[in-house]
Amino acid sequence: MYTQGLNQAVEDSGPEDAELLARFQAKIDREEKIEPNDWMPEAYRQTLIRQISQHAHSEIVGMLPEGNWLTRAPSLRRKAILLAKVQDEGGHGLYLYAAAETLGISRAEMVDRLLEGRARYSSIFNYPTITWADIGAVGWLVDGAAIMNQIPLCRCSYGPYARAMIRICKEESFHQRQGYEAISRLAKGTAAQKRMAQDALDRWWWPSLMMFGPSDADSPHTGRSMRWKIKRFTNDELRQKFVDATVPQARLIGLEPPDPELRYDEESGHWHFGEIDWTEFNEVLAGNGPCNRERMAARRKAHADGAWVREAATAHARKKQSRMAMAAAAE
Amino acid sequence: MADALTAAYALRLGDDALILSHRLSEWVGHGPELEEDIALANTSLDLLGQARLLLACAGEREGKGRDEDALAYGRDVLDFSNLLLVEQPNGDFAQTMVRQFLFDAYAVELWPRLSASRDEALAGVAGKAAKEAAYHVEQSAAWVVRMGDGTEESHARAQSGLNLLWPYAGEIFEADEVEAALAEKGIAVAPSALREHWQARVEPVLEEAGLAPPEGAGVRKGGRQGRHSEHLGHLLAEFQFMQRAYPGAEW
Repeated sequence: MYTQGLNQAVEDSGPEDAELLARFQAKIDREEKIEPNDWMPEAYRQTLIRQISQHAHSEIVGMLPEGNWLTRAPSLRRKAILLAKVQDEGGHGLYLYAAAETLGISRAEMVDRLLEGRARYSSIFNYPTITWADIGAVGWLVDGAAIMNQIPLCRCSYGPYARAMIRICKEESFHQRQGYEAISRLAKGTAAQKRMAQDALDRWWWPSLMMFGPSDADSPHTGRSMRWKIKRFTNDELRQKFVDATVPQARLIGLEPPDPELRYDEESGHWHFGEIDWTEFNEVLAGNGPCNRERMAARRKAHADGAWVREAATAHARKKQSRMAMAAAAE
Repeated sequence: MADALTAAYALRLGDDALILSHRLSEWVGHGPELEEDIALANTSLDLLGQARLLLACAGEREGKGRDEDALAYGRDVLDFSNLLLVEQPNGDFAQTMVRQFLFDAYAVELWPRLSASRDEALAGVAGKAAKEAAYHVEQSAAWVVRMGDGTEESHARAQSGLNLLWPYAGEIFEADEVEAALAEKGIAVAPSALREHWQARVEPVLEEAGLAPPEGAGVRKGGRQGRHSEHLGHLLAEFQFMQRAYPGAEW
């Protein structure tokens, strides 16, 4: 779904060969891809490991709020769509872990970092899915915001990540459309359904805007990520694009974003929106969102409950191998 | 043309797929490994696809204007006709996979035969389901072997899953007048005809896994006639909640 790690600093690990660095930057400037075996600055490697693994963790943790409605989807068609979507998220996670592994870290290490609380995932998944309308809102707004971030990543300088993003973006775009279609149905439905839809927009609107990360003024590392072409647009540029695309979609189906300052600015051609509550953003980031503890507890429980299963698979594979070796020796 | 027998038969097969799909969907996001999480979702989705086609077919043959959702969300326990096996709770991963294997070993024998049904709609669903069941049984059999052969703990868990679920397997091969009448016409597959094929699939896998069916476990049955275990009511309470809370709304 989305990673929030675009702005986090990775300290330079010390002086690196100036000539290698110049060649690396020239390659990026020529819009050529950096591949796993190419030389790269340690900070570039670490920034990508952090960003791609956070993105992967977000996909996996993101399965939880949506999975919350798998057993209660209101029709078989909706259930099938949701199952397919959650399965896609798992697939994205798998794909992204594999992309990160090309940078020299194992999936097990990445998962450990998540479970020990040393790695982040997108804060948006710390919000609850209380009603069915939240499933529509997550697809429409959360996946919609994710796409804004991810389409530029298809041109990211790191080859494996860029290629992974091409496939992921195709699926995310389908997710966004199904989310909008689902919430549109509610907005045109009974009074109870419409109430549910507006309530979901009220709760998901601001957290969705926060998904783009701190405003540019508070985002000191944007410069380097842009120079390395890991990042192509600033947080505020992407946030504005999202608001511009989404406000008309909401109004088209008779819903209203919960922002009294929202107005179209003829001069700039953009929607003006109110101030984001960065205190809330920082609180959720610090672990004090509505579901931070539940999400991590669910991930840790699945991992712990699955330990004997993984051990069984390893033990069986080892036994099978030694039986085959013994059979071969007996021949 | 209304055809109550074919409707009842399609409903039985559809209910099996619907309820088992639901059970598997409870796992999604909580699997023991990411690959297995994806596989569980995938199998659940395959089964849901089968269920939708079969319920739609049942609704048509019944001729009372009930579509897939009316049948899925509008019936109570007494009118569900799935096997008791598929409504049994997930338990741990071993219990889930043993349940899946016992069912898959039957499905993979049923669908190819039913694809030759003289009922075109059933034959069509069966043709699609046959391919899916072949993947499913490969996956569940592999896990039964891994767990049975793996560690002391996994073996104990797999054996206890088998002890719990084995009595429900017998119901698969029970036939009443619905299957008997339709089998005679070449529309249905007589369940009793599948028993030896099922055994031929199950026995070697259990042997490789080092697992043994419990002795003298008896047969638990009644699902086909709407005599269910206590578990189905709870499953339906969750599954049908939205349609019950907002009757008549469209989603």
